[in-house]
Amino acid sequence: MEPARPEGGTAIELKGAVFTLPVLKLRSVELGAIEHELKVHLARGLNFFKHAPLVVDLELVRERADKLDFAALAGSLHDLQLFTVGVRNATPEQAERAVAAGLAVLKGGITRDNELASSEKPVAEELPVATEVSRRRTRIVSQPVRSGQQIYAKGCDLVVLSSVNVGAEVLADGNIHVYGSLRGRAFAGVSEDTTARIFAQAMEPELAAIAGNYQVFDEPAASRLYGKAAQIYLDDEQLVIAPL
Amino acid sequence: MSKVIVVTSGKGGVGKTTTSASFAAGLAGRGHRTVVIDFDIGLRNLDLVMGCERRVVYDFVNVINEEATLKQALIRDKTDSNLHILPASQTRDKDAFTREKVGKVIRELRDNFDYIVCDSPAGIEKGALMALFYADEALVVTNPEISSVRDSDRILGMLAAKSLRAIKDYEPIKEHLVVTRYCPTRAETGEMLSLDDIQELLGIELIGVIPESEAVLNASNAGIPVIRDEQSSSGQAYQDMVSRFLGEDVPMRFLEVEKKGFLKRIFGA
Repeated sequence: MEPARPEGGTAIELKGAVFTLPVLKLRSVELGAIEHELKVHLARGLNFFKHAPLVVDLELVRERADKLDFAALAGSLHDLQLFTVGVRNATPEQAERAVAAGLAVLKGGITRDNELASSEKPVAEELPVATEVSRRRTRIVSQPVRSGQQIYAKGCDLVVLSSVNVGAEVLADGNIHVYGSLRGRAFAGVSEDTTARIFAQAMEPELAAIAGNYQVFDEPAASRLYGKAAQIYLDDEQLVIAPL
Repeated sequence: MSKVIVVTSGKGGVGKTTTSASFAAGLAGRGHRTVVIDFDIGLRNLDLVMGCERRVVYDFVNVINEEATLKQALIRDKTDSNLHILPASQTRDKDAFTREKVGKVIRELRDNFDYIVCDSPAGIEKGALMALFYADEALVVTNPEISSVRDSDRILGMLAAKSLRAIKDYEPIKEHLVVTRYCPTRAETGEMLSLDDIQELLGIELIGVIPESEAVLNASNAGIPVIRDEQSSSGQAYQDMVSRFLGEDVPMRFLEVEKKGFLKRIFGA
């Protein structure tokens, strides 16, 4: 017998999403040393990493990591309340063992190299902590967006070099930038990204929405920012318009 | 190289047919072989404005359905042998149009004429889309009021998306803005949109400003394109527009409020 289907017809929904993950770049394969230095870092109050999903980068220890026990590493990280989700820059053999230890194998990714660790001179084997940023591509529109036209930047930001005219609609999963006048309707963060923003050189929208929270501007001239360079962002489910 | 120019606007009653007739007559008057096609099937007007309504035997739909040859359907202008009219049908409907059939007629016209002017119907339906489909350039006719400007914006979007040039990814249609029924006094007092406002909203290059004038209505009633009324400001403005289209550098006229008479001379600065 088939299991009972929930309301709406399907039990799950599969969606893609972009996350920023901290990367732990190993310079040593000695568990004790890794654990010790991490404890020092965490003791400095880097609470940012508490309960953080973590990617272990093997780039610098590829030659030496053949004996690394991934399960034990994940275990000791877990004791520090860090959740290892996967490894990257692993050799095929290491990848196989990582999978066996219940870790995912990540490919690609661009690493921002600002070290979040500290400004102190690095001690013997300091662990630089970098942040993983999966790059969003940007859709650029150089023509005016005219009445009746609709442009959706799926999975990325939208940049309009000209104006978005009355009766036109621009949508983006990310931010929307309009370097002319925004006179039409703008929907940023349409797949529920509440951190998305709308920027315009001349803010005169008919309607602006971020992650489904919308506002109509039926008396636009009443706003002191009407026609000015401004941004719109979401603060506690309220749209805020602020000058640029 | 022949050129296909669509005269379009989105909104009705802004002066597409008047502009088509005068533009075509102006091109022909300078020695270019020109044909003007009425795409407004079912509501034909161009023949009236051109003063040839009594000479219509066959029409565009007859040619499309191969019931008549182009030669039979083309009407030569009374005074200018360079100018021909392909009238619309008053009785058929626009379902007769298909891209292939219209394309075949346009190709045949390209072999015989320098300029093919397509007078578009109002709206954004099939007739309007057909009129703009084969265009190389476009005259977008707008009145200085907000609904007309918005409809023109819509049609500009269509030009950029639904034309042959857009679909085939050729060089895009060259767009020109024609502002008709312009009244400087009312623009100055803010009753009408100013030229700057219109250009700012539409973002295309201005090729002509035709002042509001009684001469336009009189010329339409008489069946003579207003461009042939050399005394009228509208006729002169259309002549200027044709010159600019042909690449001449002509300053815009009739934009300023006319100087007041002797009181202004006494009290004016």
